Amino acid sequence: MKIERRQFLNTILGFGGIGALVAILYPVLSYLIPPKIAEAKVTSVKVGKASEFEQNSSKIIKFGRKPVLLIKKESGEFGAFSATCTHLDCIVQYRTDTKQIWCACHNGVYDLKGRNVSGPPPRPLEEFVVKTVNDEIIITTQTG
Amino acid sequence: MFKNLASKIESWLDERFDLTPIRNLIYHKKVPVHRTSLWYYMGGVTLFLFIVQVLTGILLLMYYRPGEDSAYESVRFIVTQVKFGWLIRNVHSWSANLMIFFAFLHMFSVFFAKSYKKPRELTWVSGFILLVFSMAFGFSGYLLPWNELAFFATKVGTDIVGVLPVVGEELKIILRGGEEVTGATLSRFFGLHVAILPGIFTLFLVTHLVLIQRQGMHEPEHFKSLPEKEKKYIPFFPDFALKDALLWLIVLNVIIFLALYFPWELGLKADPFTSAPEGIRPEWYFVFMFQSLKLLPAHILFLEGELLGILFFIIAGIIWMFIPFLKLEKLPNKIDILKYFGIIVVIFIIVMTIWGYLS
Repeated sequence: MKIERRQFLNTILGFGGIGALVAILYPVLSYLIPPKIAEAKVTSVKVGKASEFEQNSSKIIKFGRKPVLLIKKESGEFGAFSATCTHLDCIVQYRTDTKQIWCACHNGVYDLKGRNVSGPPPRPLEEFVVKTVNDEIIITTQTG
Repeated sequence: MFKNLASKIESWLDERFDLTPIRNLIYHKKVPVHRTSLWYYMGGVTLFLFIVQVLTGILLLMYYRPGEDSAYESVRFIVTQVKFGWLIRNVHSWSANLMIFFAFLHMFSVFFAKSYKKPRELTWVSGFILLVFSMAFGFSGYLLPWNELAFFATKVGTDIVGVLPVVGEELKIILRGGEEVTGATLSRFFGLHVAILPGIFTLFLVTHLVLIQRQGMHEPEHFKSLPEKEKKYIPFFPDFALKDALLWLIVLNVIIFLALYFPWELGLKADPFTSAPEGIRPEWYFVFMFQSLKLLPAHILFLEGELLGILFFIIAGIIWMFIPFLKLEKLPNKIDILKYFGIIVVIFIIVMTIWGYLS
């Protein structure tokens, strides 16, 4: 097959054009994806005095950059869960009236073990380990 | 004297650039007069509200400072310290909401009048794109005051994007400027709201307006079937334009009234470490989608409920955009299937919106 001079040049030009486009779009797209910020991995956080924490109440703790919901149940037992709803990223709260964990955004409900009970959440909340050492509450990740 | 000067300038320009095409474009259009003429004004009102948005937006820019530590404070400064700052901000918010409202009215009036049919297909498509951009304007602008409601609405809104297959997670990170909604998100939304969207929007708006001006007003069936003698028209310029101007003046007064008596609350500053407050809801024009997603169960068959809902709205939007190209009308019994489809869409939107507010 004989290729015309013009056709040949057009093809070359076409590839050149695509190449130029990729050469522009690739850096732009890469620029738009934010760099991962290295962070010291937090594995445990000290929260405060266990005796000062009221029963049937809760508090949101900064666990690195993630919010963690710490609950002191009526029995005096502690529980800690990721406060980020597994549905659409809202931050959950402890309801003192129903004794459940509730997300106000879409009415998602979890029990006090973090299991999704009703509403749209697809998964249970990630659980954290709560230890009390000399009346000091310490929250750690499951893996330690 | 002023008229004299104006015509002198005109003839000076005319001599050099030949203004005939522009003159033709302005004067050739005429507006049919009939019982549904009122709907012709909706697009104009939307345009007026967009102009109000641009002007008040520029004024807000003088004091607004994006950033986690400054956005909320600067908006508070605008509404409490700056003279008439409260007025500018409230007019901006009200006019934004009304703009979307009138855009919807305009769209549905065009839909039911079947004005999107040949030769106006592209006017419809460009109009729909303008509506989508208007909603993007609303979504990005909502976050800018960096208050609690906006923060959670943005968390949910951007998390929904993450549900999309393959590109979802990347897209979410690009939108948020990171894994979470932070100051980085605010910077991006600010850029989107005041630079990227206005640029693209203006492009489509000009296209939309030029198409309308070129093709003239659509005449509905009941008007077209009248004998030539009974068809009444008024010239677009100046007759219709003046009526437009009068309506714009009325709308401006309504906005001022709303801004005075129903000001927008600033609320509490966003805090990434507090629980979402009760009553989290997106802006009203997203509520019908929000409510539909809320009703879906966590899993449908093997798919996540959310994903199915979002895909549904994306596909529905695309079909809606290409409605002028659908050939559905040649059905037996001459049933106007598109009309009923439109009615179902309107009822769905209204019912879901009301439901969203009641629940």
